[in-house]
This record gives sequence, structure tokens and C-alpha cells, in this order.
Amino acid sequence: MTTQRDAFGARLGMWLFLFSELLLFGGLFLLYAVYLARYPSDFAAGGQQLDTLLGTGNTLLLITSSLTVALALSALQQGRRQLCQMLLCVTILASLLFLTIKGIEWQAKFGHGLFPGGAELETLPAGQQIFFSLYFVTTGLHGLHVLIGAALLLWTLGLTRKGQVSAENPIMLENSALYWHLVDLIWIFIFPLYYLLL
Amino acid sequence: MAKLNDRGFLQASNRQPLLFDWIFSVDHKRIGLLYLYSVSAFFLVGMMLGLLIRLELIAPGPTIATAQTYNALFTLHGVVMIFLFIIPGIPAAFGNIMLPLQIGAQDVAFPRLNLLSWWLYILGAFMALTSLFSGGGPPDTGWTFYVPFASETPTNVSLALLAVFIIGFSSILTGVNFVTTIHRLRAPGMHWGRLPLFIWSLYATAWVQILATPVLGITVILVMVERLIGLGLFDPARGGDPILYQHLFWIYSHPAVYIMVLPAMGVISEIIPVFSRKPTFGYKAIAASSVAIAAAGSLVWGHHMFVSGMSDTAIMVFSLLTFLVAIPSAVKVFNWVATLYRGSISLEPPMLFALAFVFLFSIGGLTGLVLGSASADVHVHDTHFVVGHFHYIMFGGTGFAFFAALHYWLPKIFGRMYNMKIATIAWAIIFVGFNLLYFPMMLVGLHGMPRRYYDYLPQFQNLNVIATVGSWVLAIGLLLMFVNLYRGIRRGTAAGNNPWQAATLEWVVTSPPPEENFSQPPQVSHDPYDLQQAGKP
Repeated sequence: MTTQRDAFGARLGMWLFLFSELLLFGGLFLLYAVYLARYPSDFAAGGQQLDTLLGTGNTLLLITSSLTVALALSALQQGRRQLCQMLLCVTILASLLFLTIKGIEWQAKFGHGLFPGGAELETLPAGQQIFFSLYFVTTGLHGLHVLIGAALLLWTLGLTRKGQVSAENPIMLENSALYWHLVDLIWIFIFPLYYLLL
Repeated sequence: MAKLNDRGFLQASNRQPLLFDWIFSVDHKRIGLLYLYSVSAFFLVGMMLGLLIRLELIAPGPTIATAQTYNALFTLHGVVMIFLFIIPGIPAAFGNIMLPLQIGAQDVAFPRLNLLSWWLYILGAFMALTSLFSGGGPPDTGWTFYVPFASETPTNVSLALLAVFIIGFSSILTGVNFVTTIHRLRAPGMHWGRLPLFIWSLYATAWVQILATPVLGITVILVMVERLIGLGLFDPARGGDPILYQHLFWIYSHPAVYIMVLPAMGVISEIIPVFSRKPTFGYKAIAASSVAIAAAGSLVWGHHMFVSGMSDTAIMVFSLLTFLVAIPSAVKVFNWVATLYRGSISLEPPMLFALAFVFLFSIGGLTGLVLGSASADVHVHDTHFVVGHFHYIMFGGTGFAFFAALHYWLPKIFGRMYNMKIATIAWAIIFVGFNLLYFPMMLVGLHGMPRRYYDYLPQFQNLNVIATVGSWVLAIGLLLMFVNLYRGIRRGTAAGNNPWQAATLEWVVTSPPPEENFSQPPQVSHDPYDLQQAGKP
């Protein structure tokens, strides 16, 4: 049986899958909206305890890494494989740095007893408990997606080195980059909702 | 035993052990058959559980099961039938086999992803079955997993939820695959106005699978995390709201009803014109109504929650939207009936099942309106009326369409014909048994018998006995049907390439289809129901 490469089809499939990812997070944003309407002052009090500096740093990291992965694709299409691989490495490093900073943030919250089931959290007003539960679930699920995205990019890097992803056949890198942009996009919503608006 | 000259894609390759030849095959026809065998097996499991439920209800008080066992029985019956049989039943089994054949493609867009979907499905099924025998015992929440009970019961709910999540993921991947296939792999001349109506229904279904299933995914994740570390997101004591769980659950699970029934409608739309020897009436209306049902059906989830606690405005809106879904559904029924009108009808087994579908689906649909109108719903909510209505749609609808598809397409897939006379007898027994089983449920529900209890008041017994006897009749008919089909595919006479003289593309290739569907891409030159052109691409 002959297999035909259909780059357009592969991209279409990836976009469809990304829709489903958006709706996965959509459920959490829905909960956020309802609970924000119910506990506006508790949410504000919770939001002020988040570290805006670290959040901003992470936002800059993700946006920059979205740029580097897009540049990596351009480099590949121009046949500059060395540059492409270097840019991919930068993207993966940025993702690891993001997770490290997220870890530091969580660590600080855990230190104050602010984690689901934590003694400190249970003494807070109901609305703040909800806020932190949502915060941990949302950023946790997002962090998982960062990890998956980084693994995907690492795999693509390997394929690029072997020449299986190339200027003639860049679809794997295109799709990994699309996935990475999604991870970025979701953070672009999480950041203002949790760190800035409240 | 009649010999077939060519076993097509069923022919063993001898390159590796036979089992590996199947479970690692990326051929859409083999994957479709793997699904067909799996969903049929789980149907039998679910059927046994259903028989046990009915046996328990033959008399008031504990008959064969304690209250706890009964709770586990109806939970498992629901989980197995919904997630392992009905949702993947028609799209993943018949869709996989027929989608590329009907649009003139060699395979689906992502064959390896297709195999992954099946493996995820099997993994999920394995976990669902494991949850019965491990941890705190079989889940007892009902298939809806409502909180707060689902986050507090000591039974093995977490594993069952994980299973649901994985099966949902498999369903999303199938949806992605089908939408891409329909967009990219149609043969020359197969433009959108020539797509068989089964393909239109698969297309609408696939979109619902992609867009609705993730919401179920996040919902079950939240309940799992709740059980694991206690988030309190649905716990009123900690500021959460259990009603929100119900919203999230039904945002998926109501559209899921259309994942279950749309492909079934597609099957019926294929069969009715062929056995009326007439082009389908209102092709465009049927195709558009599939998409309309998928779209409108995504906005009506609140009608499951009329008594859960919603504002009157919300109830009015959801009730109105629910009535609106009845319009595209009725468009389909009227078009089917108009196709029958003055047709040359031949009552062969696929047609009998299809006609039964139209009849039973209409009863299910009309009783659905009773539930959709908020004031009537308050009276029958959570009674056996709901159980009866639901089974008229899901079993009388999707189940009968699945059987119709079996009788319509198995001769194509295996190249052999079953015994028509026995198939007709089995159909009659199934039809009688079905109505004996489910119609009394609606009556006893109107009298006020609640669902999901192992016990009931003595005045409900007569109707319950009739229903239980009906379940036996139904089971006999089903067994007869399956045995007849099995004997057919093993030893039946050669069916020929186009036993029903249908005009869609799958009938152009040999029966069974060759490993490579089309030696060259077919040039499609006629509409799918232009029966004068039967057998030509």
C-alpha cells in the first residue's frame, strides 16, 4: 500500500486536536468564571498572594520560546539545520526554566500551607479555598502540557538530527510548534486571569 | 461450505503470527473489525448485566441482589453500554470500515493513529473491568458519576473514571481522523453534494467527538483529583458547587447522545433508499439536519437538570432549545417516510431493522418531548419513564441501527450471506421483546416508580414482571440473531459484490474488499442514491 504525504491533512488534524485541548481547558475557565462571579472579593484576595514578578517572568519566557520555535521552523525551511537545532534547544531550555520557576512558586505556596488538603488553606474563607484549588489544577494541567510540549520538541530535535525532519518534510516540526503555541496561548489567558486582573 | 475465490483483506499474510497480523494492522478494515468484535463482546456483557437488573426487579424486595450489588449492576450496565458499546459502536466499527470505501479512499488520513485509538479503547475497557475486582469494589455511582457521592464513595470510582478518560481520548482521536479524512481523501468527483448520508452523519459526529469529549475529560480529571487530594471544587462545605459538576458533565454527555444516535441515523439513511428502490427524498435536508442536530444538541444540556436547581429563566431557555432539536430530528423522519412513499419496498432484514428504528425512534423522540417540557419533567424526572424513553432512543434507535448495519454490511465485509429467514424471525422476536421490556417501564414510571432502586412498592409488580419477561424474549431474539450472523459469515453462501443493488462506492469493490481498496482512485460520476447506476463508481 502506498502512503502519501499530506502535509495539509496533517496540519488539519493537529488543528482539530488543538481545538479539543482548548475545550479541555475551557472547562476550567468555565469554573473560574462562575466562581469569580460568586466570590469576587475572595478571588481578589487570593490573586494578590500570587507572585506577579515570577508570573511575568514566566510569561516572557513562554512568549520568547514561541518565537524561537517559529524561528526554528523558518531556519529548517531555509535549510539551515544547525541553526534550527540550536533554536529548538533554546526553546526546550526555556520550557524547563518555565517549569523550574513554576516549581519555585508552588514551593513557596506549599511552605505557607497553601495546597489542596493543606491545614492553612482550610482556615481560609471558602472563596479563597476555591481560588487556590483552581489555581493549582489549572497551572498543574498547564505545566503538564508544557512538559508534553517539551518532550515533543525534544523528539522532533532528535528527528531533525537524523534528517527525518527536513526542509522537504517539516510537518513534524510544524505540528510540534503548533502544539507549543497552544501551550503559550493558554498561558496567555491564565496569566492575566490569575495574576493581573485580581 | 461454499468457497470464496478471494478472501480479500481477510487473507492472512503469513508474515507474522495471525494475531499480530490483526492487532498491529493499520488497515482501516481490520481495525474496524477489531472494533466490531470488541463492541459486540461488550454488548453481550452489558446485556447480561441488564438481564440481571431485570431479574432483580421481577419481585419487590431483594430477589437475587443486595442493594449494594444492584447499585454496582446498573452502574456497570451503564458504563459498559455507553462507553464501550454505543459510543464506539457504529462510528468506530462500521465508520472505520465504510468511511474510506464510501468516499473512494485507500485508508483513513492517519492509519497509525487509528490503531492507537483502538488500543486506547482496549486499555480503557481493561481498566473499567479491572475496577470491578480491585480497590473498594465495583463503582456504585451510576454511569453519571454525580458528586458529592462520586467523590466520597469508597468503591473503585477513580479507576473507572480514568478508564472513561482514556476511552474519551480514543474517541477524540477517531474524530480528528474522520474529519481530516472526509476533508482530504475524497475521490475525484466525490464532492460534498455526493457524500453518502452515512458519511455526513459521521462528519457531524466527529465534530461533536472533538469538541465535546474534552469537557468530559476535564470533568473526570477534577473528580479524580478531588478523590485523590480533595480540591473542594464541588464540595459545598468548602465553597464548591456540586451543580457545576452536573453542568460540566452534561455539556459533554448530552452531545454524546448525538454521538450515539447520529451515525445510527446515517445507517438508516443508507438503507431506506436502497430497499425502497428510490433515490433518497430530501438528500440536502437530511445532510443539513445532521449538522443542525450536532450544533443545536450542544446547547441543550440543561434539560437534564430541571430539578437540580436552576433559575426559571435558564429552565425556559433550555426547554425551548430542547424543542428546537426535535425539528431536525423530525426532518429526518419525514424524509425517510417520504422516501418510502411509492417506493418498491422489499422487506429484507436490513430494511426490517431500519423500519423498526424509525418506529421506535419516533416513540423515543416523542416521549423525549414530555421530558423536555419543564413542567411535565418535574413529574417523571428520575422515574422509570426516563429509563424507558432513554432505551427507546439508545437501543430502539442506535441498537437497532447497529443490527441493521450488521445485516446490511456483513455480506460486504465477509463476502457471505446469512440465512434471511432466520434473520427475519430473529428480528420479529427482538422487536416484540423490546417493546415488552421497555414500554411497561414508561407506564410504571408514569405511575411513579423511581429508577435506580432494587426495591419497589407491590402495586408496581405486574408491569415489572412483563418487563422482565420481555427481557428474556429480547435476549432470545438477540442470541438467535448473533448465531445466525456468525453462521452466515462462517458458512453462508457467497453474497456477491452487490447483493442489495446499492449505488454507493463500497459495493463497487469485491466482497470481501481487497486489501488495497481501489487499484486506482475511482472517478465518481453519480449521486450516492442514483440506483440506476448501482455497481458503477
